[in-house]
Amino acid sequence: MVKGKRFTDFRDTGDPVSAARIYNAQNADELVFLDIEASSDGRRALIDVIEAVSRECFMPLTVGGGVRTIDDIRTLLRAGADKVVITTAAVEDPEFVARASDIFGAQCIIGGVDVRRTDAGEHQIHTRNGTVRHSTALAAHLTELERLGAGEIFVNSIDEDGMMQGYDVALIRAARAATTLPLIVCGGAGHFQHLADGFEAGADAVACASVFHFGDNNPIRARSFLKNKGYPVKFT
Amino acid sequence: MIGIIDYGMGNLRSVRNALDAQAIEAHIVDTPAAIRSAQRLIVPGVGAFAHAMRELHQRALVQPIRDAAAAGTPILGICLGMQLFVSEGTESEHTSGLDLIGGVCSRLRVTAPQRLPHVGWNAISLRRPHPVFEGVRTATDYYFVHSFAVTTTHDEDVLAETEYGTRFTSVIARGSVIGTQFHPEKSQTSGLRILENFANWDGTC
Repeated sequence: MVKGKRFTDFRDTGDPVSAARIYNAQNADELVFLDIEASSDGRRALIDVIEAVSRECFMPLTVGGGVRTIDDIRTLLRAGADKVVITTAAVEDPEFVARASDIFGAQCIIGGVDVRRTDAGEHQIHTRNGTVRHSTALAAHLTELERLGAGEIFVNSIDEDGMMQGYDVALIRAARAATTLPLIVCGGAGHFQHLADGFEAGADAVACASVFHFGDNNPIRARSFLKNKGYPVKFT
Repeated sequence: MIGIIDYGMGNLRSVRNALDAQAIEAHIVDTPAAIRSAQRLIVPGVGAFAHAMRELHQRALVQPIRDAAAAGTPILGICLGMQLFVSEGTESEHTSGLDLIGGVCSRLRVTAPQRLPHVGWNAISLRRPHPVFEGVRTATDYYFVHSFAVTTTHDEDVLAETEYGTRFTSVIARGSVIGTQFHPEKSQTSGLRILENFANWDGTC
């Protein structure tokens, strides 16, 4: 398991199964595993991790990265995943999202979007781990994902990834305006106020990694902070 | 022994894992004979109502499930499994359900800021005690992921409701049949307790 900055510069963050066990004990709301390499060896390792995690963590498990075929999804679900994030394939082969949604149900399919911000503040969609830029407008892509049958949207800011300086709030607002689907935002949380900022901008759920890996923080504290601020959080 | 019914619709593994973790004996069952010999049954499932009923019919599992309910076998439906318990689904076409509990399954009507699917953690308000909820903390959230919900013909079949823009039925119960719209197998401590209670329940209230 690693955590990077801006999709590079990865630091080892330990054993994923142990980390999942700890998050489970802290009653995290959901675990998201993103396979950044999506190589065949890495995929086998990831499936082993999901199998191990699903045996002892009784919460929603979401897996993304390199999900390209119906068989990929079937294999991940069989391993214990509940939902998959489709990012690159959703741009390169949009009908795949529709097929996946028909077969597994919209509740299982999360449309992923990796976004970079230009100097002019425009949000550009990227695929293949941030290496390929696309000209499709963010709003149009989100509308399309909804039409194709995605059940949720997962928006990841490449610029803010691992920087711990806060979410790209303008990106969240833009995504919120473009879709009625539940919106999960990722990339940038460095302290708990950032989570509140994410909700204020229109996120339905906030994803965090660095804030937990690189500090003395955990989901219990995050929920307490948000609860004191008046946000609805899970009763455990 | 608990039989987890496999009709090709869903994540049996997470239900199995949640039972295994508590050392509760469970088998995947997919034949009429295996359903008849199970002491308790779980109907899991995610996906579409009509598709699920077709799968159950193709495997000739509809009548064995009805017979088990009539014989007082404890049966737990989870999410889509619970929805199939009512008389009719109105998803894309009208489809007859298992009809263990009178009612219909239809799309939730929500207004902004609520969105569909209803996905995430939410509370339930239990209307009355039930053996399957014995000892489960009241202030607990459960994991939901669905766009449809059931409305029972008889109000007394509603065991719990949940608020999500609208008030919908989140647990139904009649005799030895109980169904939860949420996923106990994904709902951490309280969810595991519900499964454990079910494994010890004799089907009477």
